[in-house]
Amino acid sequence: MHRTGELYGQFETLEQQKESAQLGMWVFLVTEVLFFGGLFLTYAVNRHLYFTAFGIAGNMLDLRYGATNTVVLIASSFTMAMSVWAAQTSRKKLLPFCLILTLLLGGVFLGIKYVEYKQKFDHHLIPGHSFDLTYHVNHPQPGDDAKELAAEREEIDNAARHEDPSQPENGLIALNAHAQLYFSLYFGMTGLHALHMVVGAGLLIWVIRESLKGRFSAAYNTPIEIVGLYWHFVDVVWIYLFALLYLINRHAV
Amino acid sequence: MSATLTSPDYKLPRDHYLNATYGIRSWLLTTDHKRIALLYLISVTFFFFIGGIFATLIRIHLLTPSGALVSPETYNKLFTMHGVAMIFFFLIPSIPAILGNFLIPIMIGAKDLAFPKINLLSWYIYVVGGCFVLYSFSTGGLDTGWTFYTPLSSVYSNSAVTPAVIGIFINGFSSILTGLNFIVTVHTMRAPGMTWFRLPLFVWAHYATSLVMILGTPVVAITLLLAGLERMFHLGFFNPAMGGDPILFQHLFWFYSHPAVYIMILPSMGVISEIIPTFARKPIFGYSFIAGSSIAIAVIGFLVWAHHMFVTGESTYAALTFSFLSYLVAIPSAVKVFNWTATLYKGSISWDAPMLYALGFIGLFTIGGLTGLFLACLGLDIHIHDTYFVIAHFHYIMVGGAVMGYVGGIHFWWPKITGKLYPEVLSRVAAVTLFVGFNLTFFPQFILGYLGMPRRYHSYPPEFQVLNVLSTAGASVLALGYLLPMIYLTWSMRYGRVAGPNPWPATGLEWKTDSPPPTENFHVTPQVDWEPYDYNNRPDLGLAAGRPLAPAHGDD
Repeated sequence: MHRTGELYGQFETLEQQKESAQLGMWVFLVTEVLFFGGLFLTYAVNRHLYFTAFGIAGNMLDLRYGATNTVVLIASSFTMAMSVWAAQTSRKKLLPFCLILTLLLGGVFLGIKYVEYKQKFDHHLIPGHSFDLTYHVNHPQPGDDAKELAAEREEIDNAARHEDPSQPENGLIALNAHAQLYFSLYFGMTGLHALHMVVGAGLLIWVIRESLKGRFSAAYNTPIEIVGLYWHFVDVVWIYLFALLYLINRHAV
Repeated sequence: MSATLTSPDYKLPRDHYLNATYGIRSWLLTTDHKRIALLYLISVTFFFFIGGIFATLIRIHLLTPSGALVSPETYNKLFTMHGVAMIFFFLIPSIPAILGNFLIPIMIGAKDLAFPKINLLSWYIYVVGGCFVLYSFSTGGLDTGWTFYTPLSSVYSNSAVTPAVIGIFINGFSSILTGLNFIVTVHTMRAPGMTWFRLPLFVWAHYATSLVMILGTPVVAITLLLAGLERMFHLGFFNPAMGGDPILFQHLFWFYSHPAVYIMILPSMGVISEIIPTFARKPIFGYSFIAGSSIAIAVIGFLVWAHHMFVTGESTYAALTFSFLSYLVAIPSAVKVFNWTATLYKGSISWDAPMLYALGFIGLFTIGGLTGLFLACLGLDIHIHDTYFVIAHFHYIMVGGAVMGYVGGIHFWWPKITGKLYPEVLSRVAAVTLFVGFNLTFFPQFILGYLGMPRRYHSYPPEFQVLNVLSTAGASVLALGYLLPMIYLTWSMRYGRVAGPNPWPATGLEWKTDSPPPTENFHVTPQVDWEPYDYNNRPDLGLAAGRPLAPAHGDD
């Protein structure tokens, strides 16, 4: 279909085009909710089945990374909302500034996520043959809090005994398997979320380029609005992930 | 089409979507919904052949009690690959991606779908997904059953599960994008005067189908992704040996795959709702009830999935609830059947090929639907679960229903798509052949199942041979019933008589434009000021005024 200015040939008016694009993005987000929904359900069922193991495994996440990332993402949602406002009010210098800020905050999020993944890797918490729930408590690294590790070890021992009172070593095997399930889901959910962040970053780069050309104004800003919708959605998913993965049964050890 | 009503001097329009541009690039890079529909027609027909070849091999194998053709392992692969090809790559895209794509924008008076590029993208996604699945088929095959139950699929199967799962995962996004495009298009692209309750029932049916596509497909996508990750990286989501829950996989799988049945049958119902009033020369009976029942089927369809799992040991209360909800689906389905039948009452019926398919649909769908109630019954389901009764039931819905509607729809809109008419007598013969062949193939399977022949077995006791031979004989007739239209429809593209804009004549907007339509669908944006399926107040159709209206093509 041929394009006249910003209007594609299948549409009669720019309003119709904008309405279609927005509805299309909302429908897409509905499919995304169900896409993540399958993971959330799998997580919820297993959290219910293996509450103790998931609690111990969840406590091994570093709350500082998760909390910082939550703040970073909420800040990026703010700058994204500012971008939409800047576009709607034709502030052609503010718009790329806000978009670039959003992209940077997204980059910070992914950077912190990388550091966090690296730490899990060092602690042998990547699902697979070398997965070992007790690796970290048995191999303390410089800078670790000895008291915390001792408490963690005690918690694991208690849970293993509770799992199989006569043979705690078998209990530990079961605990290890269930913790591995937790980390499979952790990497699945946060990995899928990170993938969405990367896609979002790609979209941001595109609208930054276009906004630097001065393409968006009060008259035409549909791409900014729908990229904004997508970005906010990915942020909201993280809020749920943070609560589900980091905060349930959280306690000082 | 008798000469009295079809004037012979129609000429093809000078410019239409088929001759607008030439060359392979103009097809592979097209964003015209009509051309994309034809791309789908070719690729979907290809997968129909693949699935059909597997079906043929299955039926030949079952000619003798000990199995006539292949090893047990190969037999497992045959029925699995038959199911995967037919369900994911033929039935689900067939009517929506071909007829829906071609017709929905024209039916609502739009120039194209809301997102033409996404429409083309969805075809490419389909092709890429299809390539992965063909790779799986040709490098070891697939033996898990089309349901991919874990841990067989994720741990124990020695066949090429991973590429198949990736292919189906990818293909899901094709379906999601098609559904998204339809929903947005129906909301925002309707022509002036085309209110929601003037929409053709075909569009209502596709709207309901699209709801299922966007709400169900992502769930099966993530489920198969998890099963694939489990297989590739030895994770334990659904593997009981590692603490995972295989029943959870089944819940997630059927949460999509039961509604997927409605992705197959709802568009077909939409086709029937167009054909029946056209060849009964009457407004459809109970328009709003048929429209509403499509939505009701889509909604209730999401609440019945666990009736596939009555024998997994799910709680009695859950089973009772799912049994009850499954019975509920019968209500909107019956609403449709009764309304079609009521439309026929006192109509001036003509027996053109599309009408024969539509009438065949009503009968076969009714049998398929009623036997579904047997299976929704908790006690009886224990007896006939995983037998040929189930096979016969869902083939009555999917082949007797969905495919009948698909072939009927192709016949109904072929003059619009190509601008040409096909041979009249031959098309009626083909419709009857298909009907006879279908019943001969699948009715014996109801009896086999009731007598206790399990599905997915490569051999059977000798006393079941007669019924199996009957079924295989029927499959040969059925194959003829499919090959005939392929031959004469292809023939008609070159040699058929020119159809003119409205050969039947029918009342929809798509018949107000040229056959084949111009690239932008209408030369002038249409203004709708008539009610749907109204034959009495449409002098533009060229029918004689006054009642009763004459049948379409003489009283034969």
